[in-house]
Amino acid sequence: MTTVRETGGPAKAPGRPAPFTFAGKPRYGERVIRVLLALAAAVTIATTIGILLALIVPALGFFREIPVTDFLFGDRWAPRFAKASFGVVPLITATLWTTLIALVIAVPFGLGAAMLLSEYARPGLRKILKPVLEILAGIPTVVYGLFALTFVQGTVFRQWLGLGTGAFSVLAAGVVMGIMIVPTVASVSEDAMSAVPQAMRQGSAALGANRMQTTLRVVFPAALSGIIAAIVLGVSRAVGETMIVAMAAGSQARIVSGPLEQGQTMTGFIANAALGDSRVGSIQYDTLFAVGLLLFLITLLVNFVSIALVRRYRQAY
Amino acid sequence: MTTGQRSVLDSVKPLGYRGKKLSGEKSPASLVFLILIWAALAVSFIFLLVLIITTFVEGFAVMRPGLFTNYPSSSPRDAGARPAILGSVWVVAVTALLTIPLGVAAAIHLEEFADKHNKFNRMVELNVQNLAAVPSIIYGLLALAFLSMLGFQNKNVVIGGAMALGLLIMPVIIIATREAIRSVPQEIREGSMALGATKWQTVWRQVLPSAVPGIATGSILALSRALGEAAPLLVLGGLVFVSFDPDGIMSQFTTMPIQIFNWSSRPQAQFHELAAAASIVLLVLLVLMNALAIYIRNHYQKRW
Repeated sequence: MTTVRETGGPAKAPGRPAPFTFAGKPRYGERVIRVLLALAAAVTIATTIGILLALIVPALGFFREIPVTDFLFGDRWAPRFAKASFGVVPLITATLWTTLIALVIAVPFGLGAAMLLSEYARPGLRKILKPVLEILAGIPTVVYGLFALTFVQGTVFRQWLGLGTGAFSVLAAGVVMGIMIVPTVASVSEDAMSAVPQAMRQGSAALGANRMQTTLRVVFPAALSGIIAAIVLGVSRAVGETMIVAMAAGSQARIVSGPLEQGQTMTGFIANAALGDSRVGSIQYDTLFAVGLLLFLITLLVNFVSIALVRRYRQAY
Repeated sequence: MTTGQRSVLDSVKPLGYRGKKLSGEKSPASLVFLILIWAALAVSFIFLLVLIITTFVEGFAVMRPGLFTNYPSSSPRDAGARPAILGSVWVVAVTALLTIPLGVAAAIHLEEFADKHNKFNRMVELNVQNLAAVPSIIYGLLALAFLSMLGFQNKNVVIGGAMALGLLIMPVIIIATREAIRSVPQEIREGSMALGATKWQTVWRQVLPSAVPGIATGSILALSRALGEAAPLLVLGGLVFVSFDPDGIMSQFTTMPIQIFNWSSRPQAQFHELAAAASIVLLVLLVLMNALAIYIRNHYQKRW
């Protein structure tokens, strides 16, 4: 037969000698659309490059005047004083305190909730319990911040418990932030535990283990990389969270040595400093970006660890 | 049931007896564990309840029409959030117009057209995951640097805020849209192509219409995040005294979350009450948006 037949076309109609192929008609419009779609996807890459450029260029200006070692290891942060000093250690200590306190709350509560939802709750119960966590995740951080400032710090810590603390504390900010992160930790680690094959639970039960033993000694270790990813993701949320710490942790940058002290975190500094009018190109303006770059690099590192861990456990089964 | 009885049952029904009591499901350790994991969820639930109740109790006293119609004022009795409410509407609307088409287009590219083994596309995927976890304040710095580069003197403009929030929620929209597109069965595409439609005609006339409910749900949830976000706008200099209604994309603005931050950072307790009242308004708005998203999901989502 003719080549036309082989390409799947119909037999030649009598009186129409031109060969007919399906692929024939060029559709330039569709090509344009495809390019536009790919460009939209490229916007996400442009965003990342934009973030890097936006942070690095002013940060380079900053580091031309302040040596990197003075920035990273200096223990006095006073960028707006006449005798300015740019040691970022005080901001880092405050960030460490709020993050640690948040994790102490978020990890046990998040994992407990995840175990309940993944191993114990029947589908009907899950349908009721999961939305509660979703509501918790959907509350704006300013509302959490207001709650941390007025109720947790003002009413509970100072009035009810009579703690010797000022208007702000890293403890109040950290505790509320911890609850805010519970849904993140819970949902990611629940996904990891649900991905553990049912056969492993059945095998465990067949050997005489009860549900608790199965959960703790079979499901938990099997899902460990996913659970660590959940915790790492929680760390990145806590390090990057701004409004709660800006409202409740305080605004004086001093080295924090206890949970009842106030302190300014990296994000808290950026939020507060942006309120003052910093001229573009001034050292105060560049300082924002130097701290922003440090913050971005920390969260980037943490995120890649988390993404790598999640990929690993997805491949496991 | 005591341990003694349990062992009796053991010997009586070794095979047909179904599970729980046999395997020590009610041992003390097991019960303590069960109580602990229930407590983990209960504490979160109680926290949520206390947060909502205290916010309502504190804010309810100052819930008055003036809150919606007045401009900010240094006297708590006259202060209102009118420019903040209008500003939120402006910023979220512009964010939606900028981001939803872009996010949906990127998702269509990744799901329908992209070669999964292409290096560029894999980079885009990893990048979207990473962008979703970048702190929101970084997007504020990005918008700040961008507007300075363009020579804006006043960076607290609607389009600047919308840009920061738009880039912030774009990964969320992309991820939700991809899920929605992926849930359209392959047979629909094959049927359309078999009838002679091109790839794009298939996507535009078959896949997208079927995915609209999922895309709408995801977009509404993403926009509700933008509505509650304050940090990036703060970086743009959002904490200004705005005593006029925003009237365009180059207009100065303030939003509800910024107004709440502003009021709560004042020392007077009356301003804290106003902040709580504004929080109630914000929470009610968010509940309405979420209810709409759930309604769309339940009523328009196709089940294949």
